[in-house]
Amino acid sequence: MTLLAIEHLGKRFGGLQAVDDVGFTLARGAIKAVIGPNGAGKTTLFNLIAGMLSPSSGAILFQGQPIHGLQPCQVARRGIARTFQNIKMFHGMSALENVMVGRHVRTAVGFFGAMLRTPACRREERAIRERSLELLDFMGIADCADTPAVNLDFGRQRAVELARALALEPTLLLLDEPAAGLNIYETAELGRLIGRIRDLGITILLVEHDMSLVMDISDEIVVLSFGRKIAEDVPEVIQRHPEVVKVYLGE
Amino acid sequence: MTSELFLQYLVAGITYGSIYTVVAIGFNIIYNTTGIINFSQGEFVMLGGMVAITLHNFMALPLAILLAVLITMAVGAAIEMLFIRRLRSPSVLRMIIVTIGVSILIREVALHLWGSGVRSLPYFIGNEITTIKLGPVFVSPQVLWVVGTCLVMVVLLLLFFQATSLGREMRACAANRVAAVLCGIETRNMVTLSFVLSAGIGALAGAVVSPITYSQYDNGTGLAIKGFTVAILGGLGNSLGAVAGGLLLGVVEAFSVSVVPLAFQDAVAIAVLLLILFVRPHGLFGSGATAAMKEF
Amino acid sequence: MSAKEFVFLPVMAAVVLVQLFTAASDSAYYLTQLTMAAYYSLLIVGLCVLMGYAGQISLGHAGFFAIGGYLSAGLTTRDLLPWAESPVVRSLDALGCLNHGQDLYGAQLLTVAPWAAAAAAVLAAALVALALGVPVLKLKGHYLAMATLGFGIIVYRLVLASEYFGEADGISGVPGFPLLPGLTVSGDSAGRVANYYVAWMVLLVAVLLLRHLIDSRPGRALRAIHGSPEAADAMGVDVARYKLKVFVLSAVYAALAGVLMTHYNGGIGPSEAGVMKSVRWVAIVAVGGMAHLWGALTMGVLLNFLSLRGVFGSYDDAVFALILIAIMLYAPGGIFSLLPDGRWRERLASLARRGKSGEAAP
Repeated sequence: MTLLAIEHLGKRFGGLQAVDDVGFTLARGAIKAVIGPNGAGKTTLFNLIAGMLSPSSGAILFQGQPIHGLQPCQVARRGIARTFQNIKMFHGMSALENVMVGRHVRTAVGFFGAMLRTPACRREERAIRERSLELLDFMGIADCADTPAVNLDFGRQRAVELARALALEPTLLLLDEPAAGLNIYETAELGRLIGRIRDLGITILLVEHDMSLVMDISDEIVVLSFGRKIAEDVPEVIQRHPEVVKVYLGE
Repeated sequence: MTSELFLQYLVAGITYGSIYTVVAIGFNIIYNTTGIINFSQGEFVMLGGMVAITLHNFMALPLAILLAVLITMAVGAAIEMLFIRRLRSPSVLRMIIVTIGVSILIREVALHLWGSGVRSLPYFIGNEITTIKLGPVFVSPQVLWVVGTCLVMVVLLLLFFQATSLGREMRACAANRVAAVLCGIETRNMVTLSFVLSAGIGALAGAVVSPITYSQYDNGTGLAIKGFTVAILGGLGNSLGAVAGGLLLGVVEAFSVSVVPLAFQDAVAIAVLLLILFVRPHGLFGSGATAAMKEF
Repeated sequence: MSAKEFVFLPVMAAVVLVQLFTAASDSAYYLTQLTMAAYYSLLIVGLCVLMGYAGQISLGHAGFFAIGGYLSAGLTTRDLLPWAESPVVRSLDALGCLNHGQDLYGAQLLTVAPWAAAAAAVLAAALVALALGVPVLKLKGHYLAMATLGFGIIVYRLVLASEYFGEADGISGVPGFPLLPGLTVSGDSAGRVANYYVAWMVLLVAVLLLRHLIDSRPGRALRAIHGSPEAADAMGVDVARYKLKVFVLSAVYAALAGVLMTHYNGGIGPSEAGVMKSVRWVAIVAVGGMAHLWGALTMGVLLNFLSLRGVFGSYDDAVFALILIAIMLYAPGGIFSLLPDGRWRERLASLARRGKSGEAAP
């Protein structure tokens, strides 16, 4: 069953066609990776799906509904969470509070309810806190809950960011180069973690440079080069795909 | 409206407009080298007028004005060296707050030095009622002084930035600070120089316009707001745009007198500012794409 | 009561102690300035949330204070009798929104009742903030500062040029605000002690509400926007909407401060709307440490009290300008970040963290 469908997607910046007529689908429960050399248009594609950019042409359908042109916050409300390549923690907030922000779209208390601290608000706050602690625990970093998030080491910040994204209870999780800045052990650990997240029933689309991770965890891989899709298949086939080899190793 | 009245309004608009232009260019010079909007820009104009008036008690007018400009330039340098330079890794918010603080400080010092009274320099030629017939209109020679001085300053500044190596270094600093440092340009001195230059042109404008508009310790805020409006109209950092923007605002303001009560005249300029900020924050002539690349 | 709310107890105790001290030392006149300082601080804590937690600067908050103060002053003093037969006035009268009274010379006077005027004034400020906020909050940094400064100057010009608002003289003879039977917000010296407690009660409740806000879902969203706007957006926080809401909230606080202060003083003048006032409020928030409600409150009360007592003399504005510059240059985290005490607490906290996360202690 198709969760996400990209159809003839194009994005032009002035004279540069960053994404050119790209199309693929993502089945519910799958892990799909988008790879390609630098400047292939991976990040642009990612930002188009996350709502940071709106496409020049084509469509993005999520659960059959068009989501292209929506603001990032509207995309998030549809159930799409994301992480950032260069981790974006909320400064001045603890790890736990960072994750609690992730519950934003699943909760409802507004200015008045919060200021008056209504019983509904108290109940909701307690639920937010409990769920967020569970997620930190799931990531194995419950002991860092009260530490200011920016004081954590890189690996833990990545874990907090993942917990924050999971707090949104996403149907689709977008990971922007999740292995960037991690060593091989941490990358392997991340691979296991992504597998566990999929086991929760969450579909995952990731953009990644690290081939070992991609080949290890992906069900399917899309290869971009100069904004165009040049291949889409299972990892074993992609590894031997002549055009992909050419793009990565040169002529 | 008679055509004569029309021309009178037009002349008034151009006179005020040229002062606004000079203030706007002052904003631009500092903005281009530092990315700071210097809220104390209007105070330079006030200081130029006030210092010249005081010095004129002891010396001839040209000398008094020259000294006033030099003193204000020194004040500009002092502001940069005492305050701006000491901001380590400043955020925009902190820079705004510091220059606002500086502007109030200058104003308060002026209040204690000169009191709250209104003063002015004498007319450079003749007096209030001397006029020259310029085609169909009679204008005060002082108007010609103001417009002429501002025109000369704008031309000289453009030449300075285009044709001298120092001017080119300042522009390099504006275009890309890191690259300028790598090319061996001492950016710190460029920043000081930009404050000195802005202070100097502001002070000269303040002195020549003093006979017409009078000088008072709190003139600065109004001038700063209007100069900023003009800088935005012309596109922040664009000095030729500032000339067009200045004349436009001056004329609009002058003609608004026939529609809006005098008491609300300042509000007209601010309404223009709010309007332009809401509709085209990159200015009438700038493009949105290049504006988006700058830090606000 | 949570640990963060526990702070309220010593503050309340201090409020009572100060009153008892002034009573014992026969210096109850201090209470007048402390009351006014509390009302100004109401504006300041609202601005603190806007600047410190949502990261937006406003150089026009005196404008909102003035909208609150001037509207409630105008409505409660300007005679409506000439329009008594108009349907609007008659229906307002029927709703009990109007007061029938007499002026100094015993002539009939028809004015808006204080509570209705206050409601109208605060509502007006909220609407103005809403209308101004939609376009203004799209702006950043310098542009936002200039736009809000421009708004403040327009308000100042309008009150200075309007006959209705008393031009340079402002509005005087504003009646007290009847809060409860026997309790009126006014400058009447008989009610000085009661008014002192009223003002502090209002302020502390206002702070409590903000405290609640900051520590809950919408407050976290605001802090998230300040921390990383992109990430907040990606987590589903509607950044523009939240900025607008907190802008309106802080405008409402400012307007309410204006209303209460005007009734307490019995009038309002154009200097309350001046740019210098807006700058002063920003300075106080900066001194208090931006994202620091208690810091803003402490400095708000202290600096306003000193200023109202005339301690700074004719250097009043200059003192605030110097404070502003000094804080930005030497203590951008606010004056309390300079206390050795503060550093100690930080160091202890970081030691505790190290111990917790199991790393080797140095």
